[in-house]
Amino acid sequence: MSREFLSGNEAFAFGVRLARPQVISAYPITPQTIVVERLAEMVEDGSLTAEFVHVESEHSALSCAMGASAVGARTFTATSSQGLLYMAECLNYVSGGRHPVVMMNANRSIALPWNIYGDQRDSLALLESGWIQAYAQDAQEALDMALLAYRVAEDPRVSTPFMANLDGFHLTHTYEVVEVPEQAEADAFLPRFETENKMSESVPKNLAFTAGPDHNTAFLYKQHEAMRRAADVIAESEGEFAEIFGRGYTGLVETLHTEDADTILVTLGSAAALAGEVCGKLRAAGEKTGLLRIRYMRPFPAAEIVRAVAGAKVVAVLEKDISFGFEGVVFTNINSALKQAGADVRTVNYVGGFGGRFISESDIARIYREAYREAGAAAKDGQRVRFIGATA
Amino acid sequence: MNARELTKDEYFFGHKACAGCGGALAVRIAMKVLGKNAYAALPAGCMSAVGFNFPQLCFANNAIISTFAGTASMLTGIEAGLRAQGATDFTAVGFAGDGGTADIGIQALSGAIDRGDDILYICYDNEAYMNTGVQKSGLSPFGAKTTTTPAGERIRGNIRPKKRMFEIAAAHGIAYAATASVGYLNDYMDKIAKAKTIRGTKYIHVIAPCPVGWGTRTDETIELARDIADTGLWPLAEYENGVFRLTKRAREPFADPQNYFKKQSRFRHLTAGDIAAITADRDLNWEKIKKEYEGS
Repeated sequence: MSREFLSGNEAFAFGVRLARPQVISAYPITPQTIVVERLAEMVEDGSLTAEFVHVESEHSALSCAMGASAVGARTFTATSSQGLLYMAECLNYVSGGRHPVVMMNANRSIALPWNIYGDQRDSLALLESGWIQAYAQDAQEALDMALLAYRVAEDPRVSTPFMANLDGFHLTHTYEVVEVPEQAEADAFLPRFETENKMSESVPKNLAFTAGPDHNTAFLYKQHEAMRRAADVIAESEGEFAEIFGRGYTGLVETLHTEDADTILVTLGSAAALAGEVCGKLRAAGEKTGLLRIRYMRPFPAAEIVRAVAGAKVVAVLEKDISFGFEGVVFTNINSALKQAGADVRTVNYVGGFGGRFISESDIARIYREAYREAGAAAKDGQRVRFIGATA
Repeated sequence: MNARELTKDEYFFGHKACAGCGGALAVRIAMKVLGKNAYAALPAGCMSAVGFNFPQLCFANNAIISTFAGTASMLTGIEAGLRAQGATDFTAVGFAGDGGTADIGIQALSGAIDRGDDILYICYDNEAYMNTGVQKSGLSPFGAKTTTTPAGERIRGNIRPKKRMFEIAAAHGIAYAATASVGYLNDYMDKIAKAKTIRGTKYIHVIAPCPVGWGTRTDETIELARDIADTGLWPLAEYENGVFRLTKRAREPFADPQNYFKKQSRFRHLTAGDIAAITADRDLNWEKIKKEYEGS
């Protein structure tokens, strides 16, 4: 183990190197570029043996990764924002083909208006593409997530692609001290990629075929069940990860003071770090606050969320996306989970951080207090969703 | 190569292609030349539609449907993935239609040629989006009636010539490019056999008549595929080491294009003036070919 001072992008690149991908295909887009630049340097200096393919677009990046995965190679690609949308067709293609491609997405706003800074409208717009979606909070989690991603995605019970999301700039470009495992440790955790779902000389296969009305549903059902099983495999993999690396994770969600909290803030990504600090300060001042960080949006932690928040008076959901004219998609998902479980807890939706707008300590403190005070009431302007910074 | 040298093994069979399909023939013959170690990628289009209907899958070798735009990029991945695992004796081959090649797939194809990826890309050209019901593509010829270029008073069929994909591929400095026709299978097979031995990107553009879209009898496919070469409308050529060369020179004087057009209902509306214009264009092209390919 060594300690390095790394940005989120670099930490993820270190994690990918430890996973020994055989084919890397990538097209540059801010703020993703550094992860693929570092990987190119690693190939150049011989510390990583991989085919590095300079594709001419994001669509080709993922199409190429799928081709390589479909012959049994471990693959990596990375993108962001417009690039993710440009390859959108391939996302469903890869997940429907059940190829465990791992991709890092640097969360970034979507044009128009043009903006290169972070929000989560890109990945959340593609929540239904059949990929596991994880959101890292810091650089250490980013590195570890790279290793966990391959382990989970390639597990034959799952065989589903994995999108690891890092908040653009806030996480991709922020430097932190990161523990970098030894290659031998990584090798002990992550076995070679073995799959029967591939084309090979010994067992020729026809893949990515047509399934008509009689067969179509069966394939989708299997895909659905595999995503559900991913939750167990994530827990199992994190358990083994902790044994080998001495660092534990908490599955689909992470909670702070939720056991006796009246007001629980739910969020995801790097905003959770600041939210945790605010939560602690308010606690110290006698307010019964809690925090739930969603680590995985798919598979969705419905049971975990219900368990953690059902006893609270109000749940405030803070997210960096908006389904125009309705509400944030995280909020929709959470309300569905609570309703299905019969949980009687008020919920309120805050959306913000758009185009990189800073979510401050005072923003979060205000959310905690306002949500507690006004729980259940519509926002003053009659909207069901409260925008942070709409008039700034 | 000739029929006697061709294996009796079949790799593409039991599919639902229409009677007289030139595309199915192009794929079947190419696979016979390439053999069992070919990994085929086919985008959306006729051949994937007729060959990959679960549970009836029609390739005996490894094969996969790519995205419509992603034939070349998926081949790149297949090739890189196999090579990264130490495989050496294989061919990554694509079979894409004219729309999948010259329109939606041209970016990925250009990228693969630019990188020099070791893949063989075969465009089976039936000159329109036949799978979706005969719509104009970038490779529909001047004058062709399609469902999106009707032949009437205002629009008189397709008003643009075919994109020059062979020359476009060559302009990248590609390792090998060729034109072919299913009417001259020996020439086509020679080109595939040659492409199999060349490292780098190979592009073969084969004319594959479509009785449904061309409005012809199902037993006229081979005849039409010969006519298009014999009339000089589709020169059979190759490009290698920076040099263009005719492989099977059409005899001059060329066969009269009039007969070729008359056999096809998609050209029925063409006037004598239209045909004269097409013929003049052909002659201009041949002047260029003689100068550039043959130095005369």
